[in-house]
Amino acid sequence: MLRFAPPLIMALLVGPILAGLVMAVLPAFGYLPALGGHAFSLDPWRQLFGQPGLARSVGVSFASGLVTTALSLAVVLLFLAGVSGSRLDRWIRRMVAPLLSVPHAAAAFGLAFLIAPSGLLARLVSPELSGWERPPDVQIVQDPWGISLMAGLIIKEIPFLLLMCLAALPQLDPERRVAMARSLGYRPTTAWLKVVAPSLYPLIRLPVFAVIAYATSVVDVALILGPTLPPTLAVSILTWFNDPNLSQRFVASAGAVLQLGVTASALIAWWCLERLAARLGRRWLDRGERGRSERPLRLAGKGLILLATLTAFVGIAGLALNSVAGFWRFPDALPQGITAVHWLRALPTLSGPVASTVLIATAATLVALALTLAALENEQRTGRQPAQGRLLSALGLLYLPLIVPQIAFLFGLVVMMESLGIRPTHALVIFGHLLFVLPYVFLSLSESYRLFDARWSQLALSLGASRNGTFWRVRLPMLLAPMLTAAAVGLAVSIGQYLPTQLLGAGRVPTVTTEAVSLAAGGNRRVIGVWAMVQASLPLVGFIIAVGLPRLLWSNRRGMRGSP
Amino acid sequence: MKAGHRLKLDEISIVLDGKTLLEVDVEIAPGEVFTVMGPSGSGKSTLLAYLAGFLAPAFQASGQALLDGRDISCLPAEQRGIGLLFQDPLLFPHLSVAGNLRFGIPRASPHKAGRIEAALAQVGLAGFGPRDPATLSGGQKARVALMRLLLSEPRAVLLDEPFSKLDRQLRHDMRRLVFDRLREAGLPSLLVTHDREDAEEAGGRVIELTH
Repeated sequence: MLRFAPPLIMALLVGPILAGLVMAVLPAFGYLPALGGHAFSLDPWRQLFGQPGLARSVGVSFASGLVTTALSLAVVLLFLAGVSGSRLDRWIRRMVAPLLSVPHAAAAFGLAFLIAPSGLLARLVSPELSGWERPPDVQIVQDPWGISLMAGLIIKEIPFLLLMCLAALPQLDPERRVAMARSLGYRPTTAWLKVVAPSLYPLIRLPVFAVIAYATSVVDVALILGPTLPPTLAVSILTWFNDPNLSQRFVASAGAVLQLGVTASALIAWWCLERLAARLGRRWLDRGERGRSERPLRLAGKGLILLATLTAFVGIAGLALNSVAGFWRFPDALPQGITAVHWLRALPTLSGPVASTVLIATAATLVALALTLAALENEQRTGRQPAQGRLLSALGLLYLPLIVPQIAFLFGLVVMMESLGIRPTHALVIFGHLLFVLPYVFLSLSESYRLFDARWSQLALSLGASRNGTFWRVRLPMLLAPMLTAAAVGLAVSIGQYLPTQLLGAGRVPTVTTEAVSLAAGGNRRVIGVWAMVQASLPLVGFIIAVGLPRLLWSNRRGMRGSP
Repeated sequence: MKAGHRLKLDEISIVLDGKTLLEVDVEIAPGEVFTVMGPSGSGKSTLLAYLAGFLAPAFQASGQALLDGRDISCLPAEQRGIGLLFQDPLLFPHLSVAGNLRFGIPRASPHKAGRIEAALAQVGLAGFGPRDPATLSGGQKARVALMRLLLSEPRAVLLDEPFSKLDRQLRHDMRRLVFDRLREAGLPSLLVTHDREDAEEAGGRVIELTH
């Protein structure tokens, strides 16, 4: 049975993506019999290029992919280069981890509430410093250049890249490398950048690509923070797809193919930048500069990551404040009163979407966890760890759903489901979520599973336990903590999904995320505050259980604390 | 338990990438501790992995391992009836001391609780059953590991430098305890070590692997 897990995972990840892409490409060239497209033509493309503002949409999507990734990566690397193990450094690391669980949409709402003309920042400086008695008439949120969109993405991608780096670093033994370089006269930050960063980058390359792909094609954050006239390409595609005039579906398909091209070009551009950076970096290494004044670099690293982290947290606090705010005139920094009325009013409408969210997230995570465990256990039993070369390709496939833009293939997947006569249901949405939950669950569990000391299972077998018994009685309990963490990651990923829920559920499977995002257009801050808070706290519940349950279960087992 | 088992290593040779790592041909009598000595990298742990059923696919082995006349080299590890004692006691951290001992007892055995308590008393650990293994001292852990091995009723035992991590005084006591128990139980045992004192106190035949 276990033998079938790896091919099943591959089929699950690759099949829908390929099918989805095919079903996006065919209508893009006019072929979709269900809607009367029987012959191939270039009409969809003509219509697409006739859309007003298309060049700008494409430009913003492309730029936000590169800018978001470059800035997030630079901040993370600068911070890591300057880490000295001080209390501030440790505090920053601890602050960043929970940010990963905050859904993109909630973080985006938080940022919007912070920087909007009538937001918290403007209120803090008004009227004393700014002289504003009413909100200034400038467009900060949803600015036409996509700057607030990029900012919203950066505060979420920094935690992601930081955790990816922290996971990869131990195998590089950075302390010894830096100590070595310092003994040769290099200053610590320069030493890190010269002897650790070049080996670290190849290990985080796939996550970096995932960030580029995500930032070029994101929909939910773009609906909240992105430009509107015209919106980003991904948002435009969604609009065309949902157009009551079904012939717009052809335009949407062409748009999906274009999105694929935009993401691919962003990745190629990044690849060129990598080359350039490698060449410049080589020269910098060869020159042998030891680095003199490093303070500015170190301060920049700490300062920027702190700025991003605090922005996210203050944003979330702003959401909380808005959700309980009574009457709140403009320049006042705080509302005049606190009220539960927004929560009470939202409560009856909350229960359905919350139940849906939990059901979908739990189901997708359990399936992902079972498949992951089966594949990893199979690896252990056959004694075949993926070899170095094959590991790359297998890992590459795991990253496929994270690197192919969601909108490009989900959309074709919906077309295919429609033509197969499969109705949108919770099951279909769960299947869609699985595509994104599975890679994250696998990536987060595989390391601890593979590093698990083989002697434990050898011992159990030599004591007469069967292979299954060894799995259930030794491996599973001893790996409970990393398993629960992987499950919490899976839950968080599922809870934050907007597009798969919206598209595969055909808008008929409301979750807290789809509901919260759909409130963006209305602009009622109190209601948005309530929904975004619910959205942000659901994943947190998962992480609290993941941290708390092992402590509770193993409260009198000292050997299980800080377990493998 | 004094049945007296026999372990015969019949012209076993292990090959890696076309190079012969080691060749052994020996019959270990009931209660005998046969010692294989050699520096690290000489393949002595590979021999244990082969006998226990954990040989990595990269190695090729030929010959037969006969336990009481039955060829075990093709059996899965859990059906070989071969017990292991590692460098570390490896008490399962999620189980109590009693839970660790119970883990090894064959499923159908009656009076499990009584046997566990008796086993603990034999090594001076009466009443330690409910304890968290992490709270035990190094010597106590090693004794629990030994009793867990014996309760699992193996027919032969492999010892992988089981004393190398104990300090001097304790090492001597543990050697006595382990070798006496194995002899008492009539178990043929194979000890791999690079410590000459281990070999001397084991009191059985010794072969040395070079390279």
